[in-house]
Amino acid sequence: MNWTAVWAIYASEMVRFFRTIAQSFISPVISTSLYFVVFGAAIGSRIDQVEGVSYGAFIVPGLIMLSVMTQALSNASFGIYFPKFIGTIYELLSAPISFLEIVLGYVGAAATKALFIGVVILVTASLFVDVPIAHPGAMVLFLVLTCLSFSLFGFIIGIWAGNFEQLQLIPLLVVTPLVFLGGSFYSISMLPPIWQKITLFNPVVYLISGFRWSFFGTADVPIGLSLLAIGGFTALCLGAIWWIFKTGWRIRS
Amino acid sequence: MIVDIQNLRKTYKGGFEALKGVNLGIEEGEILALLGPNGAGKTTLISTICGITNPSAGTVHVGGHDVVGDYRAARAMIGLVPQEINLEPFNKVIDVVTYSRGLFGKPRNPAKIEEILKQLSLWDKRNARVMELSGGMKRRVLIAKALSHEPKVLFLDEPTAGVDVELRKDMWDVVAQLKAQGVTIILTTHYIEEAEAIADRVGVINGGALLLVEEKAALMARLGQKTLIVELQETLTEVPEGLAAYDLELVQGGQGLRYTYDTRGEGTGITRLLRDVAEVGLTMKDLQTKQSSLEEIFVGLVSEGTA
Repeated sequence: MNWTAVWAIYASEMVRFFRTIAQSFISPVISTSLYFVVFGAAIGSRIDQVEGVSYGAFIVPGLIMLSVMTQALSNASFGIYFPKFIGTIYELLSAPISFLEIVLGYVGAAATKALFIGVVILVTASLFVDVPIAHPGAMVLFLVLTCLSFSLFGFIIGIWAGNFEQLQLIPLLVVTPLVFLGGSFYSISMLPPIWQKITLFNPVVYLISGFRWSFFGTADVPIGLSLLAIGGFTALCLGAIWWIFKTGWRIRS
Repeated sequence: MIVDIQNLRKTYKGGFEALKGVNLGIEEGEILALLGPNGAGKTTLISTICGITNPSAGTVHVGGHDVVGDYRAARAMIGLVPQEINLEPFNKVIDVVTYSRGLFGKPRNPAKIEEILKQLSLWDKRNARVMELSGGMKRRVLIAKALSHEPKVLFLDEPTAGVDVELRKDMWDVVAQLKAQGVTIILTTHYIEEAEAIADRVGVINGGALLLVEEKAALMARLGQKTLIVELQETLTEVPEGLAAYDLELVQGGQGLRYTYDTRGEGTGITRLLRDVAEVGLTMKDLQTKQSSLEEIFVGLVSEGTA
């Protein structure tokens, strides 16, 4: 294992993040604040409570998941797509490193950034509302696994993408809708009965529900299913990465 | 032998055969120039050695390590300067070069990085962002990256393509310095002049096949040779005994004698030959002289290859 190389990739990716620290830090703070103004104050005042939790607090886990998923996805996909785009990928391919080390460097950095943003949002949110955390251990586990699995997924998209449009395609057309429809801002019990059934086909529902459970102890779906979903998604991404590694798909002709 | 290439083949997905069984041994410390037209397979050959593409068949060993089976040890010895200027535009020169060293698993060594940047006249620009540099400077950064992990073998893929004359000379100086440090250098080029200026050996590649690998000196000797053809009235079946000393060849169906001589020699021997031709009783009809240049040797080889 070439840890020096993993660190080199990780550090250089983090440098890019810290070079734009203002954007990286301020934009989640502002967007979180905006969500609170819109959903918390304007709409929340009419909703009052969801499953015994104030609406303002209720949306916090969903808000964190929304940002963490999209950030992990975009950071990881851009991270590996950029060297392909500007041609510096040659150096990764000619270095004495395996695909595993490349993945560790890029995915590790993307997951770290997403985790950082998740924590920033949690801290910002707790300035607006009181956010209890019923199961801190589970909360951290869900957060880390989500950062990791969506970074892995983003990495796969970055490897697959042949141009910037494709890079945006899956995040915009698939992931964002699934996240919004996955109960980020509402409880499934608020939906009409037929939609309560349909929404169970959305994998993101399980992730958000599990994460919310770690805060408030209540969930839309059983917590075991949530764990299975996040574990399964991580395994699926790892499997795809392993296959790319074996075949050199889209990397090494 | 530091690089040993055995029957290397590369067929791309579309069926295009970019390398058709290349065999090549490269000695430690030498400079080998690979000459060939565009699309000859130069870059594919380098890419396959360096791990950017997988070989379809055959083997490559660098320092005794198989580039596929033992890629870590093999690649750690190799530095690659690609043909295209592929650099992270927003980063500082020094960071870009330091990153490369880390990527190759070498511990940090700011003194070494400083030494390399100074050698390439980049030290003053170390804190400049890559995008602020001129094209020539960017090419130096590519070389600095390739040298950052102290490779034993350096591949330069058309290092002077599109580079002005002055920078080209600088580049040759850098190559000479590296050779003095014991680095083995393989460079591709389509400038014959470049091969002449810096290489120890010259290889000619075309259509995915290595047509020739020769000491530059031997090639230059061929280069310095001229041929004289004496056209005769008579038709000969063999070279007359009186002319045996000249190592002549019968050409034009026995109506011509070909004499090869070295223009760099003290005397060419032409006067004596012509006198002796008259002495054995032959009548001259006409004379032709011809000089083959490396260019011609090259073109001849390349067109043979495609025929």
